[in-house]
Amino acid sequence: MIELDNVGYNYGGGELLSNVSVKLAPGSFHFLTGPSGAGKTTLLKLCYGALTPTSGRARAFNMDINGLDRDQMAFLRRRVGVVHQDCRFLDHLSVLENIALPLTVSGRDITQEEANLRELLTWVGLSERAHATPPELSGGERQRAALARSVILSPDVIIADEPTGNVDWEMSQRLLQLLVELNHMGKTVLVATHDLSLIRAAKKQVQARVLRISNRQLQQAGADL
Amino acid sequence: MSLSRLRNLIIGDAQADRVVPPSGFTAQLTLFVSGAMAFLAVFALALSLASGRLADRWADELARAATLRINAPAEQRAAQTEAALAILDQTPGVASARALSREEQAALLAPWFGAELPLDNLPVPQLIEVIEGEPGYDATGLRLRLQAEVPGAILDDHTRWRAPLVDAAQALRRLAWVSILLIGGATAAMITLAANAALAANAQVIEVLRLVGALDSYIAQAFIRRFTLRALVGASVGIVLGMVGVWLMPEASREGGFLTGLGFQGWTWLLPLLIPLLGAIVAFAATTRAANKRLGDLA
Repeated sequence: MIELDNVGYNYGGGELLSNVSVKLAPGSFHFLTGPSGAGKTTLLKLCYGALTPTSGRARAFNMDINGLDRDQMAFLRRRVGVVHQDCRFLDHLSVLENIALPLTVSGRDITQEEANLRELLTWVGLSERAHATPPELSGGERQRAALARSVILSPDVIIADEPTGNVDWEMSQRLLQLLVELNHMGKTVLVATHDLSLIRAAKKQVQARVLRISNRQLQQAGADL
Repeated sequence: MSLSRLRNLIIGDAQADRVVPPSGFTAQLTLFVSGAMAFLAVFALALSLASGRLADRWADELARAATLRINAPAEQRAAQTEAALAILDQTPGVASARALSREEQAALLAPWFGAELPLDNLPVPQLIEVIEGEPGYDATGLRLRLQAEVPGAILDDHTRWRAPLVDAAQALRRLAWVSILLIGGATAAMITLAANAALAANAQVIEVLRLVGALDSYIAQAFIRRFTLRALVGASVGIVLGMVGVWLMPEASREGGFLTGLGFQGWTWLLPLLIPLLGAIVAFAATTRAANKRLGDLA
């Protein structure tokens, strides 16, 4: 589904990632861990085409990401839902409009999708906050809204970058539960996190593969996780 | 542009329109620039049409007319006038010739000397109006013959002063058109600047829209539609004010000369209505170019 083959990435004159190979199979659940600055976010961006590898090949849905034009890249983004650590909302729109944004930009009439939107808001526990604006939300609410936005188009892959970085333990468990539910629905999930307790909790609920970035290389994490 | 894009541009999409936040100063700048430029364009258009009319009038009316002045002592004036009329009657290319009456001559001088001018007491030459036929007469030959037979006759075919006036009017018309082109260019430049500022201010919005799968054409259209509509509205207000300004100018009259003729006549009042449309087209082209370049740079 998404495959990095001997990918390298240089940044600021130095090599951030070197000979990274990973394959995200359909329906799989992956954690990506490593120290801050190791290149977790960079690797995620290589997976959804926000960055172009300086060496090697990145493929998604049997397409070479490097060779996609801007329109093809937009269609790829509709098949890969991304949750950023800072959520990236449009602050002048309501939570509901932000969640519906992928529908809006793909030309769908959101008035006809209202039932789905309400169901999704209920699923992430934001029914009462639909008409609030993003700055009015708490950290956990923002992350749940971002997760809802990432799945509104029912993408095949969900990529989340430190989704529990700014929330308390209880909320991180709630977010994890949502990600696990998505995986049980058949979605491929890739989560970057430095929170090892989250990974341990997840392994009790789902068969997750844990990858660690260390010294610019990607390694399979040990059984201690 | 496809029909669906044109439809979306005109009708719009309420959801899509909300995606890009309203940007304060660029909106006001676009409205003001479009309005001011349309206002100026109305005057430039009026100037162009008026100078065109003037050039045509001078060219048409005076090209076929000449004046023969009989400067002779009072006792010989009638005889020389008769002789001159006889010569003109025989000259090929002269369609008609007639001596102006005392009243007509007094009317010509009235703007300078008043209506009560005692013409009989003044050594005013007798004027003969000569209308040229098709083809025209040989002015040099006519002058030679008049010189020989009517010594006091001076033929003035208006060439000396008519040609520079017609040239001046045509140059004025060209300048007015150049002004309209410059106004269009300045509008395009200002709208490009405003669109670039709006695109730069909304770089994060563009990033989010791309993140959720927006096509660049969708993002560009959100900006293009906004700027095109602003230019259309601004220019519409500008032409209304400009047309009111032109309408308030004194009506054209022969006595008033060129300045009172600065305006629109008949169907030409409809011409300024094209200005908002052209302004919108200029804004559309300028914003499309700016958006495509900016989105390319941000890719």
